[in-house]
Amino acid sequence: MNREDFPMLKDDIIYFDNGATSLKPKCVIDKMVDYYENYSANTHRGDYDISFKVDMEYEETRDLVKDFINARYKEEIIFTSGTTQSLNYVANGFFENILEPNDEILITTSEHASNVLPWFRCENKIGSKVNYIDLDSNYHVTIENVKRAITPNTKIIALAQITNVIGDLRPIKEICKLAHENNIFVVVDAAQSAPHIKIDVQDLDCDFLAFSAHKMFGPTGIGVLYGKKELLESLEPINLGGGMNESFDNPKSIFLKDLPLRLEAGTPNISGVIAFGETIKYINKIGIDIITKRENYLREYLIEKLVKIPFIDIINIESDSSIVTFNIDDIFAQDVAYYLNKYKICVRAGNHCAKILKNVTKVNNTVRISLSFYNTEKEIDILVDLLKNKDKIIKEMF
Amino acid sequence: MDPELKREIIMEHYQNPINRKIINDESYEKVNTANDSCIDNIDMYILIKDKIIKDICFDGEACAISISSTSIMIKNLIGKSVSEAINYINNFINMVNEKTYDKDILNEAYVYEDIYKQSSRKTCATLPYRGILKVLENYE
Repeated sequence: MNREDFPMLKDDIIYFDNGATSLKPKCVIDKMVDYYENYSANTHRGDYDISFKVDMEYEETRDLVKDFINARYKEEIIFTSGTTQSLNYVANGFFENILEPNDEILITTSEHASNVLPWFRCENKIGSKVNYIDLDSNYHVTIENVKRAITPNTKIIALAQITNVIGDLRPIKEICKLAHENNIFVVVDAAQSAPHIKIDVQDLDCDFLAFSAHKMFGPTGIGVLYGKKELLESLEPINLGGGMNESFDNPKSIFLKDLPLRLEAGTPNISGVIAFGETIKYINKIGIDIITKRENYLREYLIEKLVKIPFIDIINIESDSSIVTFNIDDIFAQDVAYYLNKYKICVRAGNHCAKILKNVTKVNNTVRISLSFYNTEKEIDILVDLLKNKDKIIKEMF
Repeated sequence: MDPELKREIIMEHYQNPINRKIINDESYEKVNTANDSCIDNIDMYILIKDKIIKDICFDGEACAISISSTSIMIKNLIGKSVSEAINYINNFINMVNEKTYDKDILNEAYVYEDIYKQSSRKTCATLPYRGILKVLENYE
């Protein structure tokens, strides 16, 4: 559906790497060009018309994001460069100031590097310990396993809502309830969920949530940090500079602006933010629920066909999202990806930045198909036909 | 060279690579080589005495091109002096980068003469060469 909206699809590529980044609709690209061509001024300098327009649209995006994730206040929406920066911001600017050496941080082995390394740094700097919630036999997180992993020292639970290799949807709402009963903060990496399912931060009751525009049909280099207002108030700005201070005279006399500007120092990614607003309007026009439904259908369609191929081992047959990860017996994942590339099919081979997951799955590298609503049954049929013939793969893999 | 013959040589070295084993011997130098743009990642173990390459072994995970290229490189470098080896390596890298090279000294490594046509595979073919150069340069 809506394939005509995406200029990249005009060249008959089959794009199955949406987990890495999504394609961009024309309206989003046009919005960026429109900004650069017609009102390319800075923000927060509303003394002239085009700058005022920039301010209006920049802040309109904040409102759109607020409604998109159902945040309570627009001050709870901070623009960052993406999920990575958002998660680092939380770890650095908030938790490093309150963590104690005995505190524990709970993650899982299937987290993306961006939700592992900032916590490893907390362990290395402060001495707080990173521990792991056990995954079940499908590599999913169950509330029982979260309960088992919590100790009196647990301070943070940091989890992807949907993981980027297994594609499982975690029970974040139940985890938040359990966590808060035990005075534990919950940080949610929503990079893989925001493009695919409705997020309601008030319903989830998470403390922080991070996502990127580029995985949800928006521009690269722009993302969001959501935090509950009372927590963001004590988040220390990592970057100090223009746009975030009220006044200063000397090191003892610095006055900062209120949220959210306090946490957005320097000239922001204006074209990115404005075009991200257009992105959210685009998603809203289609309906995120329609997108979820379509992608679930496509995933089932793909899995149903792949399971019939005897030499294909699907790692996440119980996937909840649009991600299907597999290997072909005796063929290195990257060779499969190269083979598919010859037919203009884009897939990802590798460990997908989840480098400690291999300790659990015992599989280092995989081929990952990550679907989006604009993919079609026909594209899946072409893929499956190419994967059915192992001799052909071996013959054409280099 | 006949494309089918090239294929056979590459497949043979991919499926039955020479010296694919982990070495726990301190007289060997270990070097890791990996590609930033993909998932090829191998360790090589090199034994050099009196500026002669006595042995090379490797282990790791990589694609058919990287594994076969490593195996063919090992076959051709064992027994060479460090300077002969560096000359061989530079010659190979020149071939992959479409520069002037001497086809006669490359032996089977010549099977990758067309690899430049698949730019993403160039890093696969040169993976072991870039790794071993880091070690050999210390012996010059």
